[in-house]
Amino acid sequence: MSVITYRQALRDTLRAEMVRDENVLVMGEEIGVFEGSYKITEGLLKEFGPRRVKDTPIAEEGFVGAAIGAAMLGLRPVVELMTINFSLIAIDQIINHAAKIYGMFGGQTSVPMVIRTPGGGGQQLGATHSQNIELFYSFIPGLKVMAPSTPAEASSMLRAAIRDDDPVLFLENLGLYNSKGEVPEGYAEPSNDNVATIGRAGVTREGSDITLIGYSRMAMVATQVAEKLAEEDISVEVVDLRSLRPLDRQTFVDSVKKTGAAVICEDDWLTYGIGAEIAASIQEGAFDYLDAPVRRVAMAEVPMPYAKPLETAALPSVESISTAIKETLSAVGKRVG
Amino acid sequence: MADTAKPKGGTARASASRRRGRKDTSPGLGDEKPEVLLDYYRQMVFVRQFEQRTGQAYTQARIGGYCHLNLGEEATVVGLMTALQERDYLFTNYRDHGYAIGKGMDPKRVMAELYGRSDGVSKGWGGSMHMYDTETRMLGGYGIVGGQLPLATGAALAISYRGGDEVVMCQMGDGTTNIGAWHESLNIAKLWNLPIVFVVINNFTGMGTTVEMSSAEPDLYKRGAAFRIEGERVDGRDVLAVRDTASRLIERARTEQTPFLLEAWSYRQKGHSVVDPAKYRTEEQRDEARSEENDPIRIFGEKLAKAGLLTDEQRDEINASVKAEVAEAADFAENSPHPDVSTLFDYTYASPVPNESRRMPADPVFAE
Ligand SMILES: Cc1ncc(C[n+]2csc(CCOP(=O)(O)OP(=O)(O)O)c2C)c(N)n1
Repeated sequence: MSVITYRQALRDTLRAEMVRDENVLVMGEEIGVFEGSYKITEGLLKEFGPRRVKDTPIAEEGFVGAAIGAAMLGLRPVVELMTINFSLIAIDQIINHAAKIYGMFGGQTSVPMVIRTPGGGGQQLGATHSQNIELFYSFIPGLKVMAPSTPAEASSMLRAAIRDDDPVLFLENLGLYNSKGEVPEGYAEPSNDNVATIGRAGVTREGSDITLIGYSRMAMVATQVAEKLAEEDISVEVVDLRSLRPLDRQTFVDSVKKTGAAVICEDDWLTYGIGAEIAASIQEGAFDYLDAPVRRVAMAEVPMPYAKPLETAALPSVESISTAIKETLSAVGKRVG
Repeated sequence: MADTAKPKGGTARASASRRRGRKDTSPGLGDEKPEVLLDYYRQMVFVRQFEQRTGQAYTQARIGGYCHLNLGEEATVVGLMTALQERDYLFTNYRDHGYAIGKGMDPKRVMAELYGRSDGVSKGWGGSMHMYDTETRMLGGYGIVGGQLPLATGAALAISYRGGDEVVMCQMGDGTTNIGAWHESLNIAKLWNLPIVFVVINNFTGMGTTVEMSSAEPDLYKRGAAFRIEGERVDGRDVLAVRDTASRLIERARTEQTPFLLEAWSYRQKGHSVVDPAKYRTEEQRDEARSEENDPIRIFGEKLAKAGLLTDEQRDEINASVKAEVAEAADFAENSPHPDVSTLFDYTYASPVPNESRRMPADPVFAE
């Protein structure tokens, strides 16, 4: 085991997959000569050359669509979209084409491609650059949407995404790139076949009082919340969704059946959000086991402000999530530390 | 030979009369073999009758959804498809039945797709706008205007990546040349030196909006210039002119590894789709679109007749045998089974997924 950053895990795994499979190429703005806006593709151009590391013009619809077409002919493009905000320019290609081509042609051709893209607030980037709009993609059958929260997940899930025959939205988070964690030995070997199962959530910390559900950066924050509340003798079970479509309902529903209560934390807007889907699933799958209403902690429903105190206030925090947990537990008369 | 007649811009009305006044400048039949010429004629008649039958079936509600026909554009369709080699790939828009047949797909299965049946080329999942066939390399009709351009560009990228010698043809309508995907795709195709021929079927209208109303530069073949892509215009009523121009550009795309742009002037005889009565057309425009003078089948048939290659009896014989074949396709479609409802979830993902909610409306998420 070694401890590396989330960024390093992505970079090394991407490289390993390019060594392993000649059909894997990377495409995107500033990924070659500039070595990536967030340096995930550092060194790739030097190693693999411009045939396999393609700098694109600023034309998201054009190059995302081109990756889809290339995938239809059997290549495995890994596209980097500078941030998820710019995926909106390519949304027709992603939703109307990548997601539909397998189905609307009766299964004759698939689209084995990955779109890697970071998102998230907290960097003072303002309204158009701080969004988590994974909901749009998670809504669409035909797409797979993955959101790893740790370096180990980033590695095994990226490997799974690249080897998968369907289009995968691979969501990274600006707030995670520098976070560290353990990865298994040999994670960067081309021969490594530690491949995550797409669509499996994980119970990343066991607990008995309440279930706390998150994904991507919020799964990491959820762990911090659980650690903090453990000091107050509150036992929080953390579920990391890892994949937003397909969604592993069973794992969090089983957890709620055990604990009897749930809080969902998400880095995106509340209304119609992913937390709403999770809450509805809990209601359908574990209604009889619930001791309290399911609570959701999400971003403030505003365009993200630039000013630091406003931005901080808009985002869920260890404190706001902890408060929601305590309120939920006190509502049912469970001890609250 | 490419027809490089230049409209001077101006109103739709002005350009319509300009086009109508145009003399047929096609070079005749050249030294093409009679059997080839007759085969082209037959193919054009086939597309015509297939589409007429399709329109009929649509009106009888045997076919659902939208239905866009190639009536009047048969010479363009057949000319382009005979220029494309078997190994070459094709992407089209939703006006795709004729192209699908021309690329080699079984007309019975094209008709079955229109009927939404299990023997349809896309197993009944696509319908009129989404013909697809891996075997004949018809990589799809697409319903989003311009959506096929980035995909076709990517297919050409895959060819170039592997050092292959196939070419991609990407068909579209005139209205498509103003959408972002057009600009982005032509730019990328030239930047990356991709073997692709973008073909604009200029039937002078996107639904009811004329080229002059929608394109600041209505000479569409010139619009590759911004990307240093050579463009040509051809008279889409002339099957041989289309074939020759397209072949030349396809072979250049193949050997020079670079994109080209081809504009084919063509006449959409009917409305945008079967249910569109085209009331937006002036009488003059309607006459122009439907005039005998612009009917590619009549034009070609007369040329053949003049050259002594097509007698009245032969014409009748072709019409009759095509009619029988089209009827056979319709029968086949009629008798093909509807897709089994148990297959509803078969084509969402190519790689299986655990935990996918495979529920019918009103089923619970968690069945006990
Ligand atoms: C992005 C988009 N906008 C609008 C439409 C609706 N629509 C379908 S066909 C069409 C006209 C397109 O005209 P053109 O590109 O000239 O093709 P043609 O119908 O002549 O083959 C429109 C507006 C659509 N399908 N996609």
